[in-house]
Amino acid sequence: MSFALRKQGEIVVVDVEGQLIVGNRQELKQKVLDELERGEKKFLIDFSQTGYIDSSGLGVLVSLSKKIREQGGELRLANLNDDLKTLFELTKLDTLFQIADTRERALESF
Amino acid sequence: MTPDRSRGLPIGSLHLALELEIPSDVRYIERVVEMVTRQCEQLAYSTRQMSLNVPVALTEALSNAILRGNREHLTKRVQVRCDVNRERLVLEVVDEGNGFDLEECLVDATSPENVVREDGRGLFLMAQLMDSVERFANHGNVVRLTMRRHD
Repeated sequence: MSFALRKQGEIVVVDVEGQLIVGNRQELKQKVLDELERGEKKFLIDFSQTGYIDSSGLGVLVSLSKKIREQGGELRLANLNDDLKTLFELTKLDTLFQIADTRERALESF
Repeated sequence: MTPDRSRGLPIGSLHLALELEIPSDVRYIERVVEMVTRQCEQLAYSTRQMSLNVPVALTEALSNAILRGNREHLTKRVQVRCDVNRERLVLEVVDEGNGFDLEECLVDATSPENVVREDGRGLFLMAQLMDSVERFANHGNVVRLTMRRHD
């Protein structure tokens, strides 16, 4: 499990590889917060290579969304597979996040 | 080469059991989840149950046991028991903590005030993804998750 960050134009794209769970959620949070502190405002988290997410992982996404918004930034999510979509629907987090089917659509939506 | 005579036998009567004990360290969770889902795969549980229900619910139970039950005390252990047959899966996660009131701790994570919270979804997800969640004391604090097999 790892997180790869790359810049695409003015958007920071984060790929979540493997699981986003209690054991690694802090690493994702810190990486995104570091970028936010450097002045980055637009973030896209891509889940195309993600297995499952637990409640801690979902909590980190909620926390990051708040912090990014507080700094006047924007967060988008993309490429949730059917299991992850179900997870977001069960928790109604699909109503809290802007979620795109593909990375391209997410990038266009900023 | 000796032919494998067990091939083609019905798996309806198979019963698999697994017992594990881990230190109170969240880094063990992924490995335990992998071992349990592998057991279920042998009994042809659905892809959805193996990729969503079991991994997420078991991760929640383990993380509660390690972080809240044992408070990450490395001398305290977490036991995991998995009992699975063709009809249902029973998982028990046992910690050395004082336990908790399941009814009291189980909140609706989808209510307008809770959906924006960072925490409080663990038990909710277990309840949503399993057919039953029970908590009781039996040589430790036990959380039992039961899930029927979906075709």
